[in-house]
Amino acid sequence: MSGAKLDRRSVVRALLERRGDLLVVAGLGSSAWDCTAAGDHPLTFPLWGAMGSACMIGLGLAIAQARRRVLVVTGDGEMLMGLGSLATIAVQRPGNLAIVVLDNERYGETGMQKTHTAYGTDLAAIATACGFAKAEIVRSASQIAGVRAGIHRGKGPLFYQVKVASDPDPLVLPPRDGAYLKHRFREALLGKSSAAD
Amino acid sequence: MRRKTSEESPDGSLDWPAAIHRALKSHGVRQVSYVPDAGHKRLIELCHADRSMAAVPLTTEEEGIGLAAGAWLGGERAALLLQSSGVGNCINALTLSSNCGFPLLMLVTLRGEWGEFNPWQIPMGQATPEALRLGGVHALRLEQAGDAFDTVTAAAKLAFGGYGAVAVLIAQRMIGAKAFEEKR
Repeated sequence: MSGAKLDRRSVVRALLERRGDLLVVAGLGSSAWDCTAAGDHPLTFPLWGAMGSACMIGLGLAIAQARRRVLVVTGDGEMLMGLGSLATIAVQRPGNLAIVVLDNERYGETGMQKTHTAYGTDLAAIATACGFAKAEIVRSASQIAGVRAGIHRGKGPLFYQVKVASDPDPLVLPPRDGAYLKHRFREALLGKSSAAD
Repeated sequence: MRRKTSEESPDGSLDWPAAIHRALKSHGVRQVSYVPDAGHKRLIELCHADRSMAAVPLTTEEEGIGLAAGAWLGGERAALLLQSSGVGNCINALTLSSNCGFPLLMLVTLRGEWGEFNPWQIPMGQATPEALRLGGVHALRLEQAGDAFDTVTAAAKLAFGGYGAVAVLIAQRMIGAKAFEEKR
């Protein structure tokens, strides 16, 4: 194997193809664009702000929908802003929640400044120390099938820090009207009657 | 003669945390997150003891705003318990309510307004009503223990019926100012 890092778009496409009844929260920035490039979907809730909140939205969703699998896809910068949420999630031990951090070691939307992971911060070790059922660093395409299996069947909470290249990808933007994103998610999950709640 | 309620202590004082817990239950709140405050001690215990509720300790208050958004996406209602010192931590996350119309019910115990002994609590405590207003949160004040059920009920209706962010500000005078001499 060469030392080439994984391509984030390919990773996300592989994770989200044949997604079944998976519920997805996408952290702001490139992670949301990656999820949209894999196919805009009513059961994906992409964030455009509220940096640091993606994992907690995933936790609230996982508690509310204990019979569904919940996946948070976010970036290293977004994850770093909400590190405490890993401790909060580990306390709740949601068996149906997986977190995938696409770690390009950069703040991609603001000029590609290095994040703490570029200097050695080990997010998977933090998740392990918080008490996640499983946390690992993913560097090779051969590991992606295992990540998929974890997302769909593994006993959570699961954490995958996927080291990806920092090459820029074309922008593929999801809708940015938050009320619309909320309504379409709830209607797809809970039915039309959810609008009367 | 005034009717005794189950929320009245033997000494006649009202068990207002139990009244708040009852109001949350009556509105179907299933996820209660918190950063502790001495004023929320009993309510936190009641929520932990309630099998119909997930009690979620947070490391910082804004986590509770994300949690409430996720709960609502999944069809559940949430509430966030915090003290006024934590309101500032919430500001950026409030975009979830402003942009998406996620209901948010915050129960804020006030510090720094009535007999506060700790000067470091005063700036955020006194800025809390204005900070919430700037963040788009409608605030209701709770001054009397006997109003706890009605005020939290009104706030829950505004939050979940009106798809908005609502805070109940629980007066420090009602809780009692903490003193160093008192253990905990």
